[in-house]
Amino acid sequence: MLKVLKSGFFISIQDLGRFGYRDIGVPISGAMDADSVKKANLLLENDPNDAVLEITMTGPTLEFQDPTYICLTGAHLSATLNNHPLVNYEVVKVEKGDILSYGRLTDGFRSYLAIKGGFLTEKIMGSRSQFIPVTATKRLKDGDEVPYKAFDSYNPMISEVKIEEHYHHDELMVHKGPEFDLLTDNKLNQIFDSSFSVSKENNRMAYQMAELIEGHSHSMLTSGTLPGTVQLTPAGRLIILMKDGQTTGGYPRVFQLSEASICTLAQKKSGDKLTFKLL
Amino acid sequence: MKSYPISIKPFGERAVLMEWPNEVKETILEDILIFMDAFKALKIKGWEMSVAYNSVTMVYNQDHLDFEETKTLLLECYSNRFNTESKRVRHLWTLPVCYDPEFGMDIASVADSLHLSVEELIAQHTSHQYVVYGIGFLPGFMYLGGLPQSLEIPRRAEPRLQVAKGSVGLAGKQTGIYPQDSPGGWNIIGNCPVSLFNPSAKQPCFVKVGDKIQFEKISKAEYKLHIIEAEVGIYQPEKTVLNA
Repeated sequence: MLKVLKSGFFISIQDLGRFGYRDIGVPISGAMDADSVKKANLLLENDPNDAVLEITMTGPTLEFQDPTYICLTGAHLSATLNNHPLVNYEVVKVEKGDILSYGRLTDGFRSYLAIKGGFLTEKIMGSRSQFIPVTATKRLKDGDEVPYKAFDSYNPMISEVKIEEHYHHDELMVHKGPEFDLLTDNKLNQIFDSSFSVSKENNRMAYQMAELIEGHSHSMLTSGTLPGTVQLTPAGRLIILMKDGQTTGGYPRVFQLSEASICTLAQKKSGDKLTFKLL
Repeated sequence: MKSYPISIKPFGERAVLMEWPNEVKETILEDILIFMDAFKALKIKGWEMSVAYNSVTMVYNQDHLDFEETKTLLLECYSNRFNTESKRVRHLWTLPVCYDPEFGMDIASVADSLHLSVEELIAQHTSHQYVVYGIGFLPGFMYLGGLPQSLEIPRRAEPRLQVAKGSVGLAGKQTGIYPQDSPGGWNIIGNCPVSLFNPSAKQPCFVKVGDKIQFEKISKAEYKLHIIEAEVGIYQPEKTVLNA
């Protein structure tokens, strides 16, 4: 078991998502920065979909109750194992009783803790990703224990790699969305000639941009939305749906983020600057 | 049968949006469902389809899509849609609603604004069959069409921070049930004791797009009984087959 001694701001179990239930309104959920999770699982020779711990903004304090191997990716949160600093993209052996703790956020916004064999919480509707009302809770709390399989010895094929963090970009690549034609020249100029900042309204459901552009009065029938869908509200606000975002919406979908840019955005926090670039 | 002009638009790397004419019409929904059955019969792995009113969002979970290739595949499937025999069974569900002001805290003011008595409002709300045009917004939330014009009332000026699970609301041309506790701006006229989303069930949502819903007035005592029956798992909402 992994014991949560202190949970920090927001930690949750996530895999790559819950597929096949979009038609009854269940969002896919899953890790916000799927690229970071895939890299960590690859280094541990796990299945890409093995469940990890997603750690947002401030880190938890965790105790390993069985020996295993771990790998950290995503945001840099000054992680230490028994007070020894850890780096990203390194396979690290942990022993029973080891304490993993985190410090200051220096880069990115969401950090991942992957473990050999993945975290083994109950799969509900095909996924371990925490999302209410599919799972009873949306996050782990102090004192929670998360099951994993003990590993005493294993020889990683690669123990450490140097990777340039993909989320250092501040440019979001967008495809035209279904209602792209709603964007007048004036709106296009406002979007592509300026930068936007992430508003305080940012979470696993959606990221809102702080700056408004010219509004509209287009009314449409509710229709499908996806993670990465950029909606434009009548007031001129850009809202980017993320992994826990609703499966349908009534605002015009002016863009669709590239999958890589969803991962980039997942590492941004309120106040961070962004620009849009049309693919 | 009539064919509609279908528009197909790219929607990111793994999805396309298919749109039928921009109307809320049961004949359009039926045509969409026939297409979806024909597409399912092709048995191509990895596709998810979600319907809302006049559109289907087609998501391919396996890989990135080639748009032109996908468009050809979908249009071909649409023109051949009647070659597949549809096995779809559509149901009419009778869902109980307790309109007691304890649950339907807005019922008196809504009746007042609509110039109806509370009894007349309940009689009208329960006398229509509503078509399920989509499920989204929240897990198990049904977009219902077919509300009589006499029950159209604007959303509340200020949304409530918490609307209870099961709350039955009216807003504009829509009526519906909140499947879970949620913030919401609809006028609440009652509560339905039937859970519309059960993650542990084999089919987490028993209603399907294309089904119909009719509400049935129940007393507070019956409401409490249904809640207990649902807790022990012996309550089944009443259904009839629409297309035998």
